Amino acid sequence: MAENVNLIIDGQDVSVEQGKTLLEAARENNIDIPTICFHEATTSNALCRICVVEVEGQRLLQPACIVKAAQNMKVQTKSERVIRARRTVLEMLASTMDLSDAPEVQVMLYDYGASSSRFPDAVRRESEVKDDNPMYVRDYSKCLLCWRCVQVCADDAQYTFAINFDGRGFETQIGTFFDKSIPETSCVLCGQCVAVCPTGALKPKREYLLEKGVSPAEISVMNTGRKRRKN
Amino acid sequence: MPEIDLTPLHPAIEPYISLGRSGLLPALYAAQKIYGWLPEEAAAEVAKSLRVPLADVHGVIEFYTLFYNEPVGKRIIRVCTDQACALKGGDGLLDHLCKHYDVEPGQTTRDRTLTIEASPCLGLCDQAPAALVDDDAETNISPDFHQYDLGIPKSIVGGSLRLLTANCGNGATTLAQYGEYAGLQKVLRMKREDVINEIKASGLVGRGGAAFPTGIKWEGALKAEANQKYVVCNADESEPGTFKDRVLLLDDPHRVIEGMCIAAYAIGASKGYIYLRGEYPYILPVLETALSEARAARYLNEDFDIEIRLGAGAYICGEETALFESIEGKRGFPRVKPPFPTTNGLFDKPTVINNVETLCNVPLIISKGAAGYRKIGTEKSPGPKLFCVSGDVAKPGVYEVPFGVTLREMLKMAGGVAGKKKLQAVLFGGAAGAFATSAHLAVKLTFEDLRAAGLPLGSGVVMVFDETRDMRDVLKRLGHFFAHESCGKCYPCQMGTQRQKEILNRIAAGKIIDGDLERLQDVGWTMTDASLCGLGQTAASAVLSAMKLWPEMFKDEGGRMKDEKKKVESEKKIVAKTKVIKSKAKPKKSVAKKVAAKKIVAKKAKPVRKKILKPKTVKNKSKPKKKIIRKPAKKR
Repeated sequence: MAENVNLIIDGQDVSVEQGKTLLEAARENNIDIPTICFHEATTSNALCRICVVEVEGQRLLQPACIVKAAQNMKVQTKSERVIRARRTVLEMLASTMDLSDAPEVQVMLYDYGASSSRFPDAVRRESEVKDDNPMYVRDYSKCLLCWRCVQVCADDAQYTFAINFDGRGFETQIGTFFDKSIPETSCVLCGQCVAVCPTGALKPKREYLLEKGVSPAEISVMNTGRKRRKN
Repeated sequence: MPEIDLTPLHPAIEPYISLGRSGLLPALYAAQKIYGWLPEEAAAEVAKSLRVPLADVHGVIEFYTLFYNEPVGKRIIRVCTDQACALKGGDGLLDHLCKHYDVEPGQTTRDRTLTIEASPCLGLCDQAPAALVDDDAETNISPDFHQYDLGIPKSIVGGSLRLLTANCGNGATTLAQYGEYAGLQKVLRMKREDVINEIKASGLVGRGGAAFPTGIKWEGALKAEANQKYVVCNADESEPGTFKDRVLLLDDPHRVIEGMCIAAYAIGASKGYIYLRGEYPYILPVLETALSEARAARYLNEDFDIEIRLGAGAYICGEETALFESIEGKRGFPRVKPPFPTTNGLFDKPTVINNVETLCNVPLIISKGAAGYRKIGTEKSPGPKLFCVSGDVAKPGVYEVPFGVTLREMLKMAGGVAGKKKLQAVLFGGAAGAFATSAHLAVKLTFEDLRAAGLPLGSGVVMVFDETRDMRDVLKRLGHFFAHESCGKCYPCQMGTQRQKEILNRIAAGKIIDGDLERLQDVGWTMTDASLCGLGQTAASAVLSAMKLWPEMFKDEGGRMKDEKKKVESEKKIVAKTKVIKSKAKPKKSVAKKVAAKKIVAKKAKPVRKKILKPKTVKNKSKPKKKIIRKPAKKR
């Protein structure tokens, strides 16, 4: 068994196995650190920066999802700087995208007193719903660019490489080769991207239709074109 | 329009196939050279040949502004509209060209002969206003636009020292003129550790902006165990206002190469890369010639050789790990650190990456010895330093001085503020820097003195603004620059640079909304504190310094500071008219027309979303679409 390291998080003495991240150390000890892009099944890229914490001796805030717990580390998860960074990121998210299908983020907005109207006259990322395959619907107005779908489609899980990024900076969007429809890509409809999407930007087709008020009976009629197994 | 003929593509990309994914940027450049842009069929063929997933190839094309996924003109003029050129009429030049050819910025003429774009800083600030016409620099453009210099830009060199710039100012120095690589020959008789100790003893720190001790970097790479190590020269000089590396590379390429050879010997690297900024295409042949000379003289050989990689329009690739990603054929996303390049760098191998100027110091240190080198400059900032002086000075150019001259002395060398006007501000360290005023004239230009004054040395930018300049316009351009160059990976920078730009636009237009000052501060501090890489961490640096120096600039016209109650009310009102980036509605088409329809939708929707990044809509949108033979997008 690996050795333990002792550190202090929010004034509390904490002991965790060596090699664990600050996020793991905090969660094992019931200290809440919010996350958005983090997922147990995908490589942590530390890109949403919601999990940032203040580590004594470090000039900048540190992402708890990848920084390893170390002996005698002193960590603040709710300092003024941390709160300001989290609140501002949340406010910018709310001014950028449709969070209506992201309940966890909505709770964070509430917890951090983040105003969804903090940035008036702000350009939003909005795009048309892409309904181009029988299994799932893509609504990138709801995408907060956590990268998980691209990761599971690539070498975090499926090795299908059907999706990547369009654009750059604020105008980044998840995209396919020259905007091709999903059936024209290498997508195998494995559904893993849908499973890891935190915001409803990727949604099962059936769920999408049910939410639109289409009844199960009507949906099954839609499917009659598909060949059914005999018996 | 004929279908895309793929026959010339294969021989063109053949040399890059064995490189696999790492050959992606060179292969895309080769394809773009044939077709003028990157048609889908060509991109698919590159993907197949290099065994890179289609979606990834598209992602790479989309990331770099110098790659085009839509047809552009036979010639492309990129007009610099960044700070230094703006002071000399860059906007007017762009406007004039666009009116003359009847296009909007980012558009192509109807006959497809010309595309005109606005560009971030081209590194030609000492000869502003400037543009890039295909591979040629167009500089010193006269106010009536009729006179200009075209080709390889001149090198304007001044200052009290000529050590790093000893061979600069008279065009490219050949190997015969440069002489033997005496420094390299000397270190080859030394132990690796002793070479590194000499560099450590010299006190040399990186000249690209981060000022990390070079010797410690080299030591880390030497100690790291691996079957392969790399030396990379960071020649992705893109910091607005910076042009010193352009001068060193153009006029004295052998000094850079010798510096790389010494670094390679010191750490045991067998392969080197020079990552050259895509907007410096005219440097490429100079470097290639110098590398051939060095090979012929056996300075480069089986033990160590250097390959040049051309960037493709992304400021972020000056960040060392983003630069590695780019060489590896990926989008230029910076990596999380640690691990650091000295253990996990290029291709995950121990790597030393140094700026051009840093490497140019190396032969000097070896020839003078650390003690001799330390006689130049100050105790804590030893050595010579190049400063890029531009803007409202009489004689802009690269100035070599020992660390320790004052800002006043530096400005005097450059002939003082142009036109006998008074000094208003100096932008130190580039877009990622901070502003100084006449109150800072006595500050010595050393790392320690500048730090004490709250100013970053950065890449050595000294950009001067006279009393008549509207600093709000300067801030607006800073905001635009960072929003344009953010890679989009981490949230604080991805959204923060956009929000910062919007607020700075309002300030420049005199349309401040209550609470903008606080918004700007929150966004600025969040980017500084929580961004993943140096770009985001410094994207608000100059803005925050301006807020300290000129707080009145951030108040609305009546000079009112924020009023909390009003702020909330006005925000509520304004939310209603929040702007939206919208893709055009997708027309419903029958299944039979599906493919053709999609093509049109893609073409129409694209430019709208990409407007700010790289507008390149062809004016005549209703042109007939060519029939396309599609290759099935299969998993490989």
